[in-house]
Amino acid sequence: MKFSENWLRHHVPISASRDELAATLTAIGLEVEEVTALGALPDGVIVARIVSAQKHPEADRLQVCEVDTGKGMVQIVCGAPNARPGLVAPLATVGATLPGGISIKAAKLRGVESFGMLCSAKELGVDPDASGLLELPADAPVGTPLASYLGLPDASIEIKLTPNRADCFSVRGIAFDVAAALGGEVIPLDTTPAPAQSDATMKVVLDAGARVPRFAGRVIDRVDAKAPTPVWMAERLRRSGLRPISFLVDVTQYVMLELGQPMHAFDKDTLEGEIVVRPARAGEPLALLDGRTVELDEDFLVVSDSRGGKGARAVGLGGIMGGSETRVTDATRNVFLEAAHWVPSAIIGRSRKLGMHTDAGHRFERGVDPQLPAIAVEYATRLILDIAGGVPGPLVDVTLPAHLRSPEPILLRRARLARVLGLTVADEEVVRIFTALGMAVEPASDGWRVTAPSRRFDIEREEDLIEEVARIHGYENIPTHTPAGALTLAAEPEARLNELAVREQLAARGYYEAVNLAFVGQEVLERWGLTKELVALANPLSADLAVMRPSLLPGLIAALSHNRARQQERVRLFELGRTFRISTEAAASKDAPIETPSLAIVACGSAHAEQWGDAARTLDFHDLKGDLDALITWGGEPDRWAVHADGLPGWLHPGRGARVTRDGVTVGYLGALHPQLAKVLDLGTDVHVLELELEPVLARRLPRAQPVPRFPSVRRDIAVDVPEAVTWSEIEQVVRGTLGGQLKELRLFDRYSGKGVEVGRKSLAMGLILQDASRTLTDDDADRNIREAVAALEQACKAKLRG
Amino acid sequence: MDDLDSRATQALVDIDKADTLEALDALRVGLLGKSGIVTAALKALGALSPDERKARGAEVNRVKDRLADALAARKQALEQAELDRRLASETIDITLPGRDGERGGIHPITRALERISAIFSRLGYQRADGPEIEDDWHNFEALNFPPHHPARAMHDTFYFGDGRLLRTHTSPVQVRSMQGRQPPIRIIAPGKVYRSDSDQTHSPMFHQIEGLLVDETSSFADLKGTLAEFIRAFFERDFEMRFRPSYFPFTEPSAEVDIRWDAEDGSTRWLEVLGCGMVHPNVLKNCGIDPERYTGFAFGLGVERFAMLRYGVSDLRAFFENDLRFLKQFA
Repeated sequence: MKFSENWLRHHVPISASRDELAATLTAIGLEVEEVTALGALPDGVIVARIVSAQKHPEADRLQVCEVDTGKGMVQIVCGAPNARPGLVAPLATVGATLPGGISIKAAKLRGVESFGMLCSAKELGVDPDASGLLELPADAPVGTPLASYLGLPDASIEIKLTPNRADCFSVRGIAFDVAAALGGEVIPLDTTPAPAQSDATMKVVLDAGARVPRFAGRVIDRVDAKAPTPVWMAERLRRSGLRPISFLVDVTQYVMLELGQPMHAFDKDTLEGEIVVRPARAGEPLALLDGRTVELDEDFLVVSDSRGGKGARAVGLGGIMGGSETRVTDATRNVFLEAAHWVPSAIIGRSRKLGMHTDAGHRFERGVDPQLPAIAVEYATRLILDIAGGVPGPLVDVTLPAHLRSPEPILLRRARLARVLGLTVADEEVVRIFTALGMAVEPASDGWRVTAPSRRFDIEREEDLIEEVARIHGYENIPTHTPAGALTLAAEPEARLNELAVREQLAARGYYEAVNLAFVGQEVLERWGLTKELVALANPLSADLAVMRPSLLPGLIAALSHNRARQQERVRLFELGRTFRISTEAAASKDAPIETPSLAIVACGSAHAEQWGDAARTLDFHDLKGDLDALITWGGEPDRWAVHADGLPGWLHPGRGARVTRDGVTVGYLGALHPQLAKVLDLGTDVHVLELELEPVLARRLPRAQPVPRFPSVRRDIAVDVPEAVTWSEIEQVVRGTLGGQLKELRLFDRYSGKGVEVGRKSLAMGLILQDASRTLTDDDADRNIREAVAALEQACKAKLRG
Repeated sequence: MDDLDSRATQALVDIDKADTLEALDALRVGLLGKSGIVTAALKALGALSPDERKARGAEVNRVKDRLADALAARKQALEQAELDRRLASETIDITLPGRDGERGGIHPITRALERISAIFSRLGYQRADGPEIEDDWHNFEALNFPPHHPARAMHDTFYFGDGRLLRTHTSPVQVRSMQGRQPPIRIIAPGKVYRSDSDQTHSPMFHQIEGLLVDETSSFADLKGTLAEFIRAFFERDFEMRFRPSYFPFTEPSAEVDIRWDAEDGSTRWLEVLGCGMVHPNVLKNCGIDPERYTGFAFGLGVERFAMLRYGVSDLRAFFENDLRFLKQFA
């Protein structure tokens, strides 16, 4: 909402400066977004009239004008094409300095003396696009300083209104808040009815029930539609962000800005029969003022007339915009003014549905004072009669009283007020605030009974009144406390790692945390083969942000590519976030999609940051497996985890990928990206990824302490050679299965194939750490254990003991 | 006799000149060994009269001590020099980079979010969470946004075909946290939220932290105090703060909180950093809490905004590009 400061001060005289006013508006919840000072008009610029204009004897494009300054005639040489006898225009007199820095002196132009300069709006700094002399109304008082004639200085103040404060979409609405905050009083509005001078009228039928409980109007015949809008009105509109259009339209806009009631003026001669306000019919077309033709449905309301039958033709889109066929034009002679009350629920969302936004719709959606229509019609009538003449008929004011909202008194309890605010506000202050806001206050035993004016749609309950007191008394006057209320301390589960700890652990392992948008494009997912159980948005911003991510990996790999394309050869990223999926059955039964908190890491480039100490090596599967091992070891129960070579998703390298399980349940995957996918994504074969459900990673064992072993352990190392296809996990199982509880640890310390080992076989060297809880193991015990282990390996894994 | 003296004098010179431990040992043998000159002189004592023997014996022993001291001192000097030589040869370039010193880092949003959460957890707020895909009731209706309310227009909402939506704020976690339990309640709910708006200053996904306190005594004054403490704790400095009346359907009275921020050019301006208010009685009622007995306050803040202010990030989009050159600045 933008308005002129002077206009506001006209309704509520206050002594506060402009800065104080702006600060106060913000402090009471009418947040000032911008204050534009207007009227740095130079001294010495006055309203003047050109009395005569003669061609300059020496120059075709110049005229020599005799100009009336109100204090005598002066001669001015002027080059503006619109300079003509009778024109009233601004004159910069000798001694004035214009915004461009030009100082006006008496001068000779091509031999003719000139004592000042007639000015354009551009030269005065009023309108940068204007050309030609600024044409002032013929009745502008000659000799008056232009600034005071234009009501300057002034300021345009723009405030940002919250949806609850519809009443402040008007100068008078704001005035009540200002009065309450700054201690002024709003000047009462003159609502004297304009007496009817004819019985010209329109019959109005309300046929939309509670949706339109009031409709006021008036016929004014023989109006001068070409009457110019007076400067004061045009300036107020302009400073409130509206361009003056024509007098009759400007009046309706002016009344809307001042009182808050959107209005419409029909050319009465284009209307037929009676007016019916009714729901629109499905498919009903309506040509609007803005030139568009819209197709309506029963959800909309229209004003209709009787062309083609009673209520047959829609002539206005209720609460939003008038129709073009019946609009006022310069040729209009007779006018029908309209001001109706459209209830918010009948207007909300309707403009949006048509892709439009109007000042009227914006106000009605939020609520306009139902008492206003008749007042607005009276007020507009007087403005029209004063400026454009005409013969008014009687006021039409049709109401459905049962549906008209009338504010009820609300009880505000003194104790509740103090409790919610943490502050006791003096009774007189409470009464003062409500009274200044235009509310009726009556004392009650434990507080006050307050009745809000009908313009305040936001006052419905006690809390609304508490807010009014808080806001006007001043949030800054509410003290600052620390809550002293009861506190319960919930037990932090120790058997669960927190997410920050996991993040820090990954950061310590060289990974940077990434944050990707949670939506991805269908096309990217198809490349990954992730096409099932997707959760798609109904209104995505774009096709590449259309589906909730079913995996963190496509986004993370895109981030990896982004960095690779920017000279970062070695990229290590991780992300924690939710993945989304929904099964077909769940979707069919309207169940919520499943959100799975997940963890993913991606890496490429060399295994270690470039360094001088060891031979450089490209990252491989087991580097990432090391990260997995670190994560799961941290939870304290690595035995519950396992990796499997089967059941891999299509985006993994089939020979270098692993399915990760915890307690036999698949919780994620790890491995090299499938070379084909890597190629499509323009990446190399060094890209490795890991994705896990987060909860299993966070699960942690609560430690149970065991006595430290009292007897020493024995270590024996063996090397066996086995066929290439035998996995380490098979060997581990055989050895553990054979030796049972005495085997405390089995460590693989070398893996070798090549010279000295048969082709198709590999050598594995391992250390066995043996220990017994009840005695010291002898060399014989150890040797026997090793013999048994080797025998079992020979049998189960075709192993041969080496050296 | 004079002979021993002069030879001892010469021996002292030789000891000083000895430059290896071996040469020094050879000198020791020649002086103090079995057939050394000192040993010979001691043996010669037997031929002397008792008086002469006593005087001569004392002299020889003095010479012997002098030589032994000189040998020991020289030996220590040579050993020290040898050690110095060896250590010098073992010198390494201690300015070479250390091994495996690399580490990554957490994202600045996480960093700010965790810092904020930690501050509130010290005040007894527990972390709470809820789904990102919400239903209309939790995201809007329970929070006192009636259908088609203009306040909904302030939330550009992403919808799914079944009518569900991506939560537009973390406030639905308030509702979920209050349902089925009774005060005292102190929770914070950090998380991702979504609005269908994307430009330089809006990301369709961003992070919020919602805070909620409900008990039998809380007031607007407590809300002001809590947020003032929080701002001071987060930025480690005092700010001029301003509580401005505002409107949220789920709180009343409502406020927006501005802090007086110093721009780099030395100017200051008000910056909005938080929205807050007293929990609306309708919301308490919707969650099964008696608004007559309990009052509460709620607040919400944008994590990106706090991260930008705290770490001097000027472009919101940088948070979601995941450029390592950006991320490494927060390691």
